[in-house]
Amino acid sequence: MSQVQKSFGATRALKNVSFEVSPGGVHALIGENGAGKSTLMKILSGAYRPDAGQIELDGQPFVPANPLHARHGGIAMIYQELTLAPHLSVEENILLGEEPATLGWLNRPRRRELARAALAELHHENIPLSAPVNSRTIAEQQVVEIARALIGEPKVLIMDEPTSSLTQVDTENLFAVIDRLRGRGVSIVYISHFLEECKRVCNRYTVLRDGDSVGTGEMPTADLNHIIRLMVGREISDIYPRTPHSLGKPVLEFRALAGQTKPRSVSLTLREGEILGIAGLVGAGRTETVRACFGLDRVKSGTVLVQSKEQTHRTPAQRLANGIGLLSENRKEEGLMLNRSLADNLTITCYEPLSKLGFINGRSQRQAAGEWMQRLDVRAQSPAQTVGELSGGNQQKVAIGRLLHHDAKILLLDEPTRGIDVGSKAQVYKLMGQLAAQGKAIIFVSSYLPELLGVCDSVGVMCRGVLSSIRPVSEWTEHSIIAAAIGQTETATK
Amino acid sequence: MEERAGERRRVFELPLTSILSPLLRRGERKKSAGNLFMSEKLSSSAAKGRFNFVALLNAVGPFFGLLLVLGLFSLSSEVRPYLFTGGNLKIILIQTVIVAIGALGMTMIIVSGGIDLSVGSVVALTSVFGATLLVKGYSPATTILFTVLAGGVIGLINGMVIAGFRMMPFIVTLGMMGVVRGTAKWLAGNQTVNNPPGTPVNDIMARLQPTEFFPLPPGVWIAISLAIVIAILMRQTVFGRYIFAIGSNEATARLCGIRVQLHKVIIYSLAGLFFGLAGLMQLSRLTQGDPTVAIGLELDIIAAVVIGGASLNGGTGSILGSMIGALIMAVLRNGSNQMGWQNFTQEIIIGIVIILAVGLDKLRQGKTAQ
Repeated sequence: MSQVQKSFGATRALKNVSFEVSPGGVHALIGENGAGKSTLMKILSGAYRPDAGQIELDGQPFVPANPLHARHGGIAMIYQELTLAPHLSVEENILLGEEPATLGWLNRPRRRELARAALAELHHENIPLSAPVNSRTIAEQQVVEIARALIGEPKVLIMDEPTSSLTQVDTENLFAVIDRLRGRGVSIVYISHFLEECKRVCNRYTVLRDGDSVGTGEMPTADLNHIIRLMVGREISDIYPRTPHSLGKPVLEFRALAGQTKPRSVSLTLREGEILGIAGLVGAGRTETVRACFGLDRVKSGTVLVQSKEQTHRTPAQRLANGIGLLSENRKEEGLMLNRSLADNLTITCYEPLSKLGFINGRSQRQAAGEWMQRLDVRAQSPAQTVGELSGGNQQKVAIGRLLHHDAKILLLDEPTRGIDVGSKAQVYKLMGQLAAQGKAIIFVSSYLPELLGVCDSVGVMCRGVLSSIRPVSEWTEHSIIAAAIGQTETATK
Repeated sequence: MEERAGERRRVFELPLTSILSPLLRRGERKKSAGNLFMSEKLSSSAAKGRFNFVALLNAVGPFFGLLLVLGLFSLSSEVRPYLFTGGNLKIILIQTVIVAIGALGMTMIIVSGGIDLSVGSVVALTSVFGATLLVKGYSPATTILFTVLAGGVIGLINGMVIAGFRMMPFIVTLGMMGVVRGTAKWLAGNQTVNNPPGTPVNDIMARLQPTEFFPLPPGVWIAISLAIVIAILMRQTVFGRYIFAIGSNEATARLCGIRVQLHKVIIYSLAGLFFGLAGLMQLSRLTQGDPTVAIGLELDIIAAVVIGGASLNGGTGSILGSMIGALIMAVLRNGSNQMGWQNFTQEIIIGIVIILAVGLDKLRQGKTAQ
């Protein structure tokens, strides 16, 4: 494909992307979160149509109109999240949508034969065809997913972060499968953050940054540091107003904190007046860490110390009572009650000053909400307005305002600037600085490196469920954070 | 770049633009949400129009429905003269009481995002239970107390199963519907249990003077005063806000430290007390406990709540609306009777009204979504 462009409104998700894959080639598509990888994939698989540019398949122009068209054209896709029907059998899943049938009547023996052949091709005949797919391991489910893609005899197979939920051994098995597919002449587009994997399995690479393809080359001989530089390549603009603040005594400590699946081990110390950033890739376990701390997810092992007292297992209600507040990364699904008023959303965790014997004083509630709206510059008609009608930035300010109204001393902010406009972002950064100056402690989870570097006092990086090396922000660069996030060792990046 | 954006905002803070600013902001929201298909202006004005339409529909919808139903029946010259007589209005109110009291509990449950299908069975069981107590010689006061409490106990069981096992309220209360109905028949020995004559329990729902509007029987007053109490509970108390919060977004409620499961147990128990009270009203009205009574009553009650503006997805609804919804159901039955329509016609009409009600719910959902 060459010079592909795609815009969403004013946002140009893809500016100018070109790359090509040869038959039997494995092409790595590398880029940060938001670099445009998923948009590109969605164009290839027919979910979006490009605004400009050409896509050619076997030398013929080919622009998939919809996912089915793409599939029939020979482009198959394996998503990061498995898309199997969990209650159906392995066989049914493999043939879903491609059932051999005569006049709607299923041809059972033929079906079995096809499914078995697909699994045999992947050297996984051991997976029982009639077992429900949710009884198999994640790795086996992924094989089933690939088998399903193979049924359509694809020419191009797109794999999005296929190893993110696999163990080391399963990853090796997957690579073996990929090698076999190469042998059959299938072209593979391999999307991953993990450069070493790419090096192991791919023969070429293209780096995407902010919707541009900024570099391409031979993978086996590539210099990983060069690739990381290509991925970052961005200047930090000065939109991070710093309010001077000083650190006090420790207020929150994790010691080898582990959740049910993620995180695996997180240790950190958060001090009064500190903004501690947690960087990492999507799926590294950052959200799970703060959720486990807040009591939304169960803590499997490790300890949490609040004000130097052991308080590992607590409910969200108890955490709130202890002055800990969590801002959810998912504003619409979890963070806010979209069909309730601003006033209710702002004050729900803390009705005490606004009520007597359980009866809410409507006037003081409106007054309190009005004050927060003013202080946080929330643009709305009135405190009675429904939160769902506000813009993303204003919604986020309401969600943060709830923590302020609660007067939380420790704030766990999970992607506080996600999906809000730049102006609101700057206001959020400023607010965080002011809070720190008041002696509040903040954990700031973010995927956007410039803001971490611009706002935090210190930053830790999570990789595959482990938080490593918390260091003062001055010792980090975007380059070194990305290197740590994708599991590169320090020496390799120097 | 950033500073300039801030400046521009400040400049915009003129009176005229601040009136327009909701429109501008709504456009901004659409943009940030990545809406590809609508131009900003188009989407914002559409959102504005919808908002007003929905607000209007929610506010006057139930009243309008009641007037519509009354208006339709008064088209018939045979029914009209009788429909608005004091005696008939009183009958309508008395006929409303059971559905209305049930709707008080059901509104709390539906607003919290749940549902209770066992209400009809609970009414039957508690009416049989109350009659049995009276027959055994317990005082009317004791009978009233324990009948209401029996409903509360069933609600408690519902709530504990739903909260404790994180089960779907639909399934749990569907099961309870059978369990409770069976228990009622077993308790009554498959017969009706007649109240002893002259017990004050019979007077709660009696029409003291058949043709006059006043005095209304105690049951009507009880329903009205409880409606006021629960309306205040829902609107003005922390507990009420928690009900709305849980129904609006359970994940948020949990995030905000609300003890969601505990509150569910309380909501179902409290609602159970109302269903027990509805059973007492049934007992008084029939002057007997009948284990086969009130089959399908829960559907009338749910319909009343939904007509009254509650969403089956939770988070919205009002006691006033539900009460009007209950009145609509009663007027429908009363009017159909006077039109001389047969039972099957009434059932068809009630059925259509339920579908219309859920259709309205859907319409509202569609319009207020996001």
